[in-house]
Amino acid sequence: MVKRWLLWLPLCAFGVVIAVIAWGLYQPADRTVRSAMVGKPLPDFALAPLLPGKPGLTSADFRQGKPRLLNVFASWCVPCIAEAPQLMTLKAAGVPIDAIAIKDTAPAVTGFLRANGDPYARIGSDVHSRVQLALGSSGVPETFVIDGRGVIVAQHVGDIRADDVPGLLQALADAR
Amino acid sequence: MKRALASSLLLLLLLPVQAIAQTPPAALAYTPLRDPAEERAARQLMETLRCLVCQGQSIADSDADMAGEMRALVRQRIAAGERPRDVRDWLIARYGDYVSYDPPLGRATVALWLAPLLLLLAGAWLARGTFRRRR
Repeated sequence: MVKRWLLWLPLCAFGVVIAVIAWGLYQPADRTVRSAMVGKPLPDFALAPLLPGKPGLTSADFRQGKPRLLNVFASWCVPCIAEAPQLMTLKAAGVPIDAIAIKDTAPAVTGFLRANGDPYARIGSDVHSRVQLALGSSGVPETFVIDGRGVIVAQHVGDIRADDVPGLLQALADAR
Repeated sequence: MKRALASSLLLLLLLPVQAIAQTPPAALAYTPLRDPAEERAARQLMETLRCLVCQGQSIADSDADMAGEMRALVRQRIAAGERPRDVRDWLIARYGDYVSYDPPLGRATVALWLAPLLLLLAGAWLARGTFRRRR
């Protein structure tokens, strides 16, 4: 009697495998790579300025007691154009924003800022993505919320949409 | 008007949305290290690291800008005397286990590591039963 029942076991096991696969297939895939650095202090870095009259960026700039946004962007990045108005909104709300320009040149960034607005207090030039890799950032644009002691408290992957702005403002307020 | 809008939207879709970095890749992105032993170690590590842009490829296989910079980073650190394991741990500390194609045994991967063993044991048990019956 037990043997007969056992006969069905492989089929049941097969059914379970199929169910798991089907569930996995219909689950919307989330390919976002999030930084494992959230909750940790910013890695030490010192990036040279890119534009005349605009200071470069060091990790010490984020330890001045006030939360700041760190925007990883590039003039050659299309979604960076899409998020530019939201960054201007944040700037208008009094949020200090610093930037790391990835693999970029002064003329290209100057043109980009002229066309899309300039929300940045400082811009550091990361020609070989070194600081980007140290931050655990996997693309442009990405935005990190840094508290006043230089600790990364949140990360936004991809362009900032209009409905992401309140969340970022909240994260900045929480970091105070 | 509507048709013009539709066709211009269609044209927009056809435009290649290309993101081209403004600066050339790091020298070590495409140049092997001078020391063959070091290059071999670096290469072996690159093959186990995931390109974060083109997520199905290793950084050794990918032509993405970021993969190039990751290769340069690996080569530079190996040439500076770091062990491959340290370089990998440095990247895992930043991107999580996802960056490695060689996942460590952990809470999330325990099934991955134990399932083959369990299946092998089950297979052996089944085979044993079959062989015994035949005798």
